[in-house]
This record gives sequence, C-alpha cells and structure tokens, in this order.
Amino acid sequence: MPGKLKVKIVAGRHLPVMDRASDLTDAFVEVKFGNTTFKTDVYPKSLNPQWNSEWFKFEVDDEELQDEPLQITVLDHDTYSANDAIGKVYIDIDPLLYSEAATVISGWFPIYDTIHGIRGEINVVVKVDLFNDLNRFRQSSCGVKFFCTTSIPKCYRAVVIHGFVEELVVNEDPEYQWIDRIRTPRASNEARQRLISLMSGELQRKIGLKVLEMRGNAVVGYLQCFDLEGESGLVVRAIGTACTLDKLSNTSAFLPACNSPSKEMKEIPFNEDPNPNTYSSGPSTPLKNQTYSFSPSKSYSRQSSSSDTDLSLTPKTAPSPQGPRIFLFPSSPTLSCDSPHLKKSCLLLSGSSIKPLHSSHVSPVVLRKSVSFTEELLLAASGMGSGSAGKEGGPFKTLLRQQTQSALEQREFPFFTLTTFPPGFLVHVGGVVSARSVKLLDRIHNPDEPETRDAWWAEIRQEIKSHAKALGCHAVVGYSESTSICEEVCILSASGTAAVLNPRFLQDGTMEGCLEQRLSWQPGFFSIGSEKGEVDFFPQSQDSSSLLGIEEASPPGCGFCHIPYDELNMPFPAHLTYCYNCRKQKVPDVLFTTIDLPVEAIVVGKGCLIQARLCRLKKKAQAEANATSISNLLPFMEYEVHTQLMNKLKLRGMNALFGLRIQITVGENMLMGLASATGVYLAALPTPGGIQIAGKTPNDGTYEQHISHMQKKINDTIAKNKELYEINPPELPEEIIGSPIPEPRQRSRLLRSQSESSDEVTELDLSHGKKDAFVLEIDDTDAMEDVHSLLTDVPPPSGFYSCNTEIMPGINNWTPEIQMFTAVRVSRLSNINPTNQTLNKNFNDLCENLLKSLYFKLRSMVPCCLCHVNFTVALPEDELVQIAVTAVAITYDKNQALQANKAPTEKSQQRASTDNEEQLQFPLELCSDPLSSQPFSPAKEVLEGASSHTGIPAAQRATSVDYSSFADRCNSWIELIKLKAQTIRRGSIKTTTSLEKASPLAEGYLRHRSVPSGTNSTVSVVKMTPLSFLPGAKITKYLGIINMFFIRETTSLREEGGVSGFLHAFIAEVFAMVRAHVAALGGNAVVSYIMKQCVFMENPNKNQAQCLINVSGDAVVFVRESELEVLPPQPAAAAQPTGAAGDVTT
Amino acid sequence: MSSDLDVFVGNTTLIDEEVYRLWLDGHSVAEAVARRLRGGLLEREATSVAVLQSDTRDHYRTFQMLERLLHAPPRLLQQLLFQIPPERQALLVQRYYAFDEALARELLGKKLSKGTKKELDEVSARTGVGIRSCRRQFDNFKRVFKAVEELRGPLAENIQQLFLLPPSLARDYAAIVFFANSRFETGKRRLQFLSFGDFAACAQSMMAHWSQGALAPEAAEPDGDLPKSFLQDLKELKVLVTDKDLLDQHKSLVCSALRGKISVYNELEANFKVIEPCRSDKWSPGDLRLFLQHYTAAPRNLPGFRHQALWERYMAAISACLLRMFHD
Repeated sequence: MPGKLKVKIVAGRHLPVMDRASDLTDAFVEVKFGNTTFKTDVYPKSLNPQWNSEWFKFEVDDEELQDEPLQITVLDHDTYSANDAIGKVYIDIDPLLYSEAATVISGWFPIYDTIHGIRGEINVVVKVDLFNDLNRFRQSSCGVKFFCTTSIPKCYRAVVIHGFVEELVVNEDPEYQWIDRIRTPRASNEARQRLISLMSGELQRKIGLKVLEMRGNAVVGYLQCFDLEGESGLVVRAIGTACTLDKLSNTSAFLPACNSPSKEMKEIPFNEDPNPNTYSSGPSTPLKNQTYSFSPSKSYSRQSSSSDTDLSLTPKTAPSPQGPRIFLFPSSPTLSCDSPHLKKSCLLLSGSSIKPLHSSHVSPVVLRKSVSFTEELLLAASGMGSGSAGKEGGPFKTLLRQQTQSALEQREFPFFTLTTFPPGFLVHVGGVVSARSVKLLDRIHNPDEPETRDAWWAEIRQEIKSHAKALGCHAVVGYSESTSICEEVCILSASGTAAVLNPRFLQDGTMEGCLEQRLSWQPGFFSIGSEKGEVDFFPQSQDSSSLLGIEEASPPGCGFCHIPYDELNMPFPAHLTYCYNCRKQKVPDVLFTTIDLPVEAIVVGKGCLIQARLCRLKKKAQAEANATSISNLLPFMEYEVHTQLMNKLKLRGMNALFGLRIQITVGENMLMGLASATGVYLAALPTPGGIQIAGKTPNDGTYEQHISHMQKKINDTIAKNKELYEINPPELPEEIIGSPIPEPRQRSRLLRSQSESSDEVTELDLSHGKKDAFVLEIDDTDAMEDVHSLLTDVPPPSGFYSCNTEIMPGINNWTPEIQMFTAVRVSRLSNINPTNQTLNKNFNDLCENLLKSLYFKLRSMVPCCLCHVNFTVALPEDELVQIAVTAVAITYDKNQALQANKAPTEKSQQRASTDNEEQLQFPLELCSDPLSSQPFSPAKEVLEGASSHTGIPAAQRATSVDYSSFADRCNSWIELIKLKAQTIRRGSIKTTTSLEKASPLAEGYLRHRSVPSGTNSTVSVVKMTPLSFLPGAKITKYLGIINMFFIRETTSLREEGGVSGFLHAFIAEVFAMVRAHVAALGGNAVVSYIMKQCVFMENPNKNQAQCLINVSGDAVVFVRESELEVLPPQPAAAAQPTGAAGDVTT
Repeated sequence: MSSDLDVFVGNTTLIDEEVYRLWLDGHSVAEAVARRLRGGLLEREATSVAVLQSDTRDHYRTFQMLERLLHAPPRLLQQLLFQIPPERQALLVQRYYAFDEALARELLGKKLSKGTKKELDEVSARTGVGIRSCRRQFDNFKRVFKAVEELRGPLAENIQQLFLLPPSLARDYAAIVFFANSRFETGKRRLQFLSFGDFAACAQSMMAHWSQGALAPEAAEPDGDLPKSFLQDLKELKVLVTDKDLLDQHKSLVCSALRGKISVYNELEANFKVIEPCRSDKWSPGDLRLFLQHYTAAPRNLPGFRHQALWERYMAAISACLLRMFHD
C-alpha cells in the first residue's frame, strides 16, 4: 500500500433544479476510486449544498494511483425512485505523485454531464500521502515527470537526453460493445470517458517505466493520441523523449551529495554512463538490437516492458556510487545479462568507431503488405545536396561524427520528439523525412497483445530511420506520428527532420557537474555493461572545450544549415552552394524541417505561415481495393503538396520552412492534404530565384501575352512579399560565394511506376532549372489553374503576421496580451460533379476564409501575430470537410518592432554571437533562474540571490556579464526606476513588492492559491497557450500534465442552437474544465496546449449530435516579469524570454 | 460551398461592444450584419460579408449563452464557463440592465404582469424601441422587482448588491420598483410632461423620507412599500385641507411670510398644491422653494395642529418632488 488518497467534498453551487415541485435539489456525492466508493450525506433542498464532508481515504498501491482517475459523481436523492445523476468530475491525480509538482488539488470543478454539459460546480480537496517505498516500484513509475512541451521545460535543464519512448495500449471501444444496445447514451459515453482515462493512465505508467529503465526522470514532448478504430477497437498510443532533467532552482539539493564521489568516479573511465545504448555494436546491427530485451526504446512494447522489468535484478537501492561502479565495468563477469549480442557489441566497440562514415548499414527489413506504401518524396525533395563532411573539420571531426553516429545507431530509433533544443545540440539538419503506410484495420482479438499495431509503427519507424541515414543523419528530431481513419482503412504517418546531433547531451554530459549529479541521484537500478560514451575511447574529448571546439568551428548561426552528408556521394541530385554566412561549408538552396527555428539561426526579415492544400477524388471501394487506390494516390499528393509549398515559398522570397506538418486525411470518396509550415529567409542559404513560367505553345500570340501577364503578376507578388516580410538580405558579390555546383536540372514529373513499387528513395530533382529561376511549365489547363491558385493566397491584413512555430522570426517584443482560441468549421462541398480542380478551389477558399475570419475577429489585438497556428482536417462524412484551428494571438509592441527592423541582419548576427558565448560556458543557464526576474531590487542582491539559488558561484556567473555594454545597462536601470514610478501610480506595484519578499516561486504559488480557495471570490484567470512559454512571464513551476478527454452528446440539437450552438458550448466547456483543473492544481496557465482530437458527428434528422474532444497541455505557475519587457530591445527576448531578463538586472 | 458549422471560441471570451449593442437592441443576425455593413466595417477591415456574418453569429451565440448568467449577475462572476475580465463583466451587466427611459416612463406605475407584457407592442410602437428589446427590458424590470420585493433594507442598495449595477442605475431600478409597487398613476395626461428622471427623483425622495428604512434602518418592511402606519397617519393630515378654518389660517400664514419675497405674489393664493399654475405663471424655482419652505413650516404656528413632525416628513418628499417636477 504505497499510497493513501484523501478526498474531501466541501460544497456545491449553482446546481440544476432536479425537483420540479420544489425547484430545489437534494444533492449528495459519491466518491469513487478503483473499486471503493464513499458517499456524502444528502444535503436537502438546496442548489448550493454545503457538505463539508469528512476526509474519504483510499488506501491504494501506486500502480492504481497512476492508472485510475478519481471519479466524483453528484446525484439527486430520490426517496421513491432511482437517484438521478447530476454529473461527474474526473480528476487525474497523477500531478500529486511527484514531489516537484502540485501538493494538493483544491478548487471548484465544473460538474459535467455528457448529455447536459456543465451543471453547476463542486468544491473538492484531494491529497495523496505517498509512502516512499522506492524498492517497490516495479509496475508503477511514480515520480517520472511528463511534459507536453517539445523543448526542455523552462525551469529545468537537460542533463541527458536519452531518446525515444513509445507505447500503445488497445481495448474494445465500449461504443461498439453489445451492451451498448441496451444502455443509455449517458452510460455509454461515461464508459468510454472512463476507459480512455484508464488507458491514458496505464500508458503513461508504462512509458514511465521505460524512462526509468533508461535512467531518465522525465518525458519531454509527450504526445498521446487515440485512434477510434470503430469496430476493431480503441488504440491509445504515445510517444515522447526520455530525459534526465534537473530543476534549476533546486540544484543545491543534488550538488552537495555528489561532490565527493565524483572525484572517485572520474578515475574509473567505464562507469560514466550506465546507458546501454551508448556503446556501439557497430552500425551494421540495427536489427539485432531489437533482440536485446533491455534496449531502451522498443517497438514491441508489450513484450519488452515485461521482460525489462524482469531484468532489473539489481536491487534498486538508494543512490550509491558503489552500485553503478560494479555493474558498469564492461568486462565484469557479474553482468546480469546473458545476451551474446552484448558481448559481441563490446568487442565491436573500438572497431566501429573508426569505421568510415556511411560504412555499411543493412537496409532495414520493411514488412510490406500489398497495401503498404512508403512515401519518400519529401526526403528526396528537402534533403537536397549532400555533405562536405570532414572536409573542413578534418579527421577529428569525422571521428566525432562517427562516435555520435554509432552511439545513436545503437538505439533502435534515434528519434526525438523535441522541436527546440539547447544551444549547440543540433549540429546539422538534413531535411524532412516522412513515411506513410496504408493499413486495413482488423479486429484486435486480444487486447493484451497489441502486436499488429506495434508492428505497423515499428515498420514505419524503420523507414524513417533509413531515410535519415540516406541523408547522412543519425538522428531524427521534431518527430511525430499521426493516423487518419475512414471505415476500415487507416493511414499511418510519421515524419521528422533528419539531423546530426551533438553527442554531449545524449550521453554523459561533458560538463562534470551534470555527470556527477546524474550518478548521485539516480536509483541504482540495473546496469548491464560499460556503455561508455565515446568520451572514453577518446580521452582528449573528455575535455569538453576541445570537443566543443570542433563543432563550434562553424558559426552556430548557420552550422545547422550545412549539409550533413557527403558531397561526393549524394543520394540524389541537388543544388549546393557555399554557405552565405561562413562561406566554408556547403548548404542546400532550400531547407525543409519539422522543428522550430533554432534560436541561433540568422534570419532576414520576418516569417510567415505557408500552407499547401489539396484534394484528390477517389472511387468508393471496399477493403483491399480501397487501400490500394489510396496507396496509389499518396505519392501524387505528396508530390503536389511539395510543389505547392516550394512555389509558395519562392513566391514569398524565402528559402526555408520550419515546423512543417503534412496531414493527409482519408475520406469515403476523397483524400485531402494540408501542409502547414513557417517560411523564413535564412541568411546562410542562397537567395531564392523567382518563378518563371513557360508556355507550351510559343507561337500563339495571345497565349504569349497571357503568359507574360501572369509572369508579371508573379514578379509583382514576389516583390510585394519581400517588402511585406522585410526580406532584404545583404548583397554578396558572386565570386565570394562560389559558383553553384553543376547538377542535372531537369524537373521531372513523377512517374507512377517509379514511386509505387520502389523501396528506394525516389529520386526527384526539385531544384531549380536555372540559377535564379524556378520554371513552371504550363502545359495544360491544370497547370494554369495551379499558377492561379498560387496567387490566390491573400497576405494577412496589415498589423498581422502568422506562423505555425513557437517563435515568429523578426518579432521579439511581445506584450503579455495573449488570446488562445479554437475555431472549427464544417463545410459541405456541394458540387454535383466534383472535379479535383473545383474541390481544390473549395478547400483553398475554406482555409483562406477561415484565416480571414480569424484576422477579423482578432483585429482589436493589432499589431499581433498568430503563433502556432495548427490546422486539423477531418472528413467526417461524404462531402463534409471539417477544419479545426487552434492558435494563439500575441500582441507585440510595434514601435520597438520598427526599431529592431532597421538593422535586422546586424541584430541577428549580434544575437548569434552572444548566444555563442553563453553556450560555451553555461549551455543551459538561459533556462530561467527565477530570481533574476526581480526588476526593482538592487542589482547586487539579485546577482547574489540568483547565484545562490541556482548553485552557480557568483564569480562564475559574473563572467557572462558583458561589461562593454555597462553604460547601456545603467541607462536601462534608470528606465527601470522610471517604470517603477509609473507602476506605483497605476497601482499594480503590489505583486512586484511581494516578489521581493518571498521567493517568486512561493509567492506565485501563494498568491494564486489564495484566490480559488475563497468560496465566493471571483474566478481566477487561467491563461492557455499552445506555446511553451508566456510572453513577459517566467514559468516557475510545472504542476503536471493535463490530458483530458470528453464526450458530449445531445438529442435536442435544434434546441441547443444547432450544430454551431452545440459545439460552441462544448468547446467553451472543455476550456472551462481545463482551466478549473489547472486552477485547482494551484496553476495559472496551461502551456503547450493542444487539441489533439475533435470528432464531430451529427444526425440532423434525429436531432442528434455527438462530439469527442481530447486536449492536453502542461499546467504551470508563472510570474509576471512586470514591466521588464518594455525596456530597450532585447534581441534574444522573444527567443529566450527567460534569459533576457537576467541580463537586465545584473 | 456552405458552412454548416462555424464556431470560434477564445480562452478569453471576445466581446464586441457594437455587436452587443445590436443584440441588446433586439436585431436579428441579418439586421445586425446589415447595420455593421452600413458602419463601413467592410472597407475599414478589408474583409467580406461572409466573415462578418460568421463573426456576428459567433457573438450572438455567446450572448445567448451569457444571457442566462446575466439574469443573475453574481453568477456571471462565479461561473467558470466564460473567462471574461472583470471590467468586461461589468460592462456586460451594465449594458444589459440599461434601459430606454421612454420605455420605463411608459411602464412606470404599471403592474409588471403578463397583461402589461402583452401591451408591449403598442409601447414599442410609441417609443420606437424594438419589441424584442422592450420585452427584455420589461423582463429586467420584473426580475429586479421579484428579486427585491421581499427584501429588507434600502431598495437601491439591495438592487446594487443583487444585480451588481452601478449606483445610479440601481437607484433608477429602485424607482421603477417603487412605482410598480405603489402603483402611482403616472400615465395621467397632466403628468405627461414629466420624464422618467423626474419620477425617479420623486421616488427617491419619497423613499428617503417616507419609508420605514428612513426612520429605522433595521426596519422589517421593504423600502419599496410605504409603511402602512405612515399612510394611516397621513389621514390625520387631511385636516389641513378638510378643515376650512385651518386651511385658511395656513394660507394666510404662508402668505404673510412670503409677502414681498416672491415676485409673483399675486397668483400665490391660487397656487396651493398644484404645479401647473406655477408653471403657467412663470415661477422661478427659487420662488417655489421658498414657498414650500414656508408652507411646510407654517402649520407649526397653527393652533391645535398636532402632527407637525408627520407633516414635515410628508412635506420633505412633496417639496422635493414638486421642485423636481417644476421644470421647463
């Protein structure tokens, strides 16, 4: 019994009238956890009952604590008939299970009924007493922190980024069980809600176990989705990145404990990293990897999780340097594993590390069914060019690469769900890799053996991995997976960005401090081998600076653009030039990625949202035939989506896409493709050429005229866009850049046969025909339409910018005013004889109108930027298209924006250089130390306070202070004082003064707590944002993950205002429930909020509708940085809101 | 291609003041869109009619959902469904409970019953206030009336607390409740010239001077009801009018006190108790005030008049009312 859950029901308010006669309600509450139920007394005749119950105590084990939700049901007592349910509240108690998160859940929760929506509120207090019986953690993984955020959370730093974790669980969908025919819709909905909640809990626990096996303590970029497979079941799956995180403000807790053992440890080279995947068995054995049961990231999860647990024979004792040392020794006969592979790999270690790059890899076995199709166009398209690896860095660099590579190849899937990385982590980016597969769903016969689903995903991941290899990359970042289901056909998709990573974050940190901390506080757990990082084989690289020195030889502002693979051995033709920034390395002409723009990237001008939209009709068909026709359509769709993206990018005068997300949705009689990305102009890449259109019939006079007219329009658009997005890169003399490498330049049409049956990378040359122009051949009316549609994209109205990434390049002075929203539209494509062209136009209009509508709605926020614009397309029925958009609008300060724009390049160069300095010394220091946000206390105090808080000696910290700009700092100090005076006048000084007294963390917490606890006080504000940060605020605490699933159904659709009224109310209710949960955890914001699913079904004839919504995010406590943000422009402010503040106060 | 479903939901609920006004005025979505178009929004924001329609529908849905909460404003503050900044909440309530004075004037003193509601069509026609808006305002009056009917203590304060209205608006509602409760006939032709403001001021002075709360704050009777005892007592004052002797004495006392002080002395005698003559004779407000002062004070010197305190209480309100009514 490692835990005691305590629940108190305090009061209710605004309950619905349940007794028509008295206009009152006799309410009582049932509190259920697992199989135990408690009841409160009936509070008679009141709509605002005061139960003030005793503490209901549940004694449960921690596995149950992780899996089960707390279920609170409010009922109306009826003496003569059955009690009527008023509604329910499900509370996920997971945040209470790890010490750094919330300690109590307390507040008003909306009482939710799947038929009636929110019906009043209930005040509940929940606590958990955990008995810290660490040895007993077999099936549970209490203590592993989960984050939806796809970057290292702001108040943590990454000690090690371990890698990919995934898991899926399946079950029968209660909606399709026989019992559903006889139970009420309410009972059915509740069964489903409860089941998904249970499955989510189980999934999270299992992922947690894997993380513990990898010796991590957190999952970052956790993405959980469910697939409603109808008759064949319900799949809940999740992916994430296992990390070892260290809380910045709590480092003191770890540091003293590990100081002494660390010295000892250093002498023994083999005990540094107890991570099995870091030692290389040679790149040629990726498949064998799968056979070891303790390899950390597995696809055949069900098996692996059980066997893993069995393997952990070593007692999980309290952290002791002794334990790891014994078990880590490589040749130790005490190795508790019997795998011959391990030995083999030990032997292979030295050999593999000196093998040349790309030496050998067994092409992965792809389990192909007749209906499985791999799409590799994007790989080909975006990974243009090949690397000049080793050319500049010399053998030393090659060596380093190999080390990293081999280390990563050890992992079955060297994938990272992160999209933003610590500076220096990302060395090179190859391009987008994606894979899709069409599957026929069959009934999951045994839910405990979800092997088919596991195998499907494993197959796709293998493909992704091999694509990355083809691009000379050993890792995939910004990785994500998705599905689209229609009847029994399912398209599985995965995509990511092939990349070369800096090894130091993946294994042992090169910084001693990190290493020591890790070893000192990790539970002993089991250790199976030496698992030495490359560090040991190359003693010189023990020295972090020398290791870094190699990579830092290329400027960080452009390094990631440099092609990662061998120029002489390019996998496909490409167009390469020397980097426009450093002029030493080769870069491609266009770069596509799925990640966020790296902080250090040098960008010219602003970015913009670019979308490619596409419809393809398909015949209605059954089973295999259907799957085959979809498979056949996919390559054409990918190709066209890609062409559109490329054209639109060029039309905007830009040369790189970030945050690319391509969604292919399958419907009864069509496929839809929607790609969203943020276009930018990277200073390191060549200026994109224009678009030239060429007619087929050059002798026709009027035709020529028409063509030239179009050409003029295109040129005008490009010029206009360049002005709009302020793209005016510095002119470079041609000879410095070097002439482009001659390449075959025919733009070939994709041949069907080529793509359909080939496993090889489809070789497409999508580079331009001439040096500076992209030729569009207009050979038929379709092509003409395409050109027209290019020009229909209307730029956002003045004062608006939009992007789908976290950061908008070129804007760095956000104000705290944000507005998160969700918009949903369902439209009928009402053509009698639809063609691809008319459908395309309809779809395009639908998206454009939706965007237009958003701009109009948010006009009061101008100047503002829509960030993280996330479109999701669904085809719920024949001819019906559903688009859901979630984004956040953030107002920025226009005056400063103008100032900053005067010298954009200069500024960004500057930014890159400062980043570089800091990066060298304190790689993750930027990630927030809370005290530096104190705007008004004397500088000295802040410095001391901050350093004592973060555990970094003051002297050391001072080295990062730039004394040359001391005068500027003085000026800003005066500004600060002025601001303070203003603040006092405005009367909002209260919060800032209290900041000086208490630690901001505690203060933020207390201030917040006081609000919701008062029974009659007004509701506290909870901000929601899809971004990982809040502008002008500092996140001081992560309270846990919010992952909620709701079903709403109505049988009186008209009375509830039709479909729009119904869904409007439901979305508002979902927001309200998310806010209530966050507030009850003591938080005041949700970051990385995402609506993962919105399934809407209607039956207007029956006056019925049903909707399912799944949302998630991270509950946090934030503290305002007060008026700090309006100080003189901070170049890095937008990119690293937390880092900038520290500089100002010192 | 038509949009079947089209919603926009913000974490902070968007409130467009212009659309709120149109909704409150009872316009349909189509009418509201037409009005917004006339306002030149299309050109200003370079958008399309479809966008405007979608936006208007969104706002209307939000307002419809909010309306339930607006019926009990404290709930608006406590509810969790819509996140609305406090100043916006205040604006919503204030605008929702604001009323057209012309309409309020029409309904003043009438029973807030279903019958009256049925007559709203005519009222709407007379006042030019849209019928839907009329009904909403009528329902507001009725809701406030019902809520405070049984409550003790100062009427305006009760209303302010229950409906979170600004003080001046709460006072106006208090007046409406007062009139509805005591059914003063304000519809008489002679009173037509008086505005709602006049009556509201009168109601306030009457409540201030006559209600039980005015004498003993912890009184059991609601302020809206005039205490029965007071009305009983007033009968005693009839003596001033019915007793010819007393009336004459009173008159002469007042006249002598005012001699030479009032410019229009000649007509004074005729002017007891009525406003219209004063107006037609072009009294100045100062004159009237003086007259009333003495008129109130005079009975003190009347032999055998025992109700001076009561008289003064009566006259305090009457004077204030007369002064208010006495305007151009």
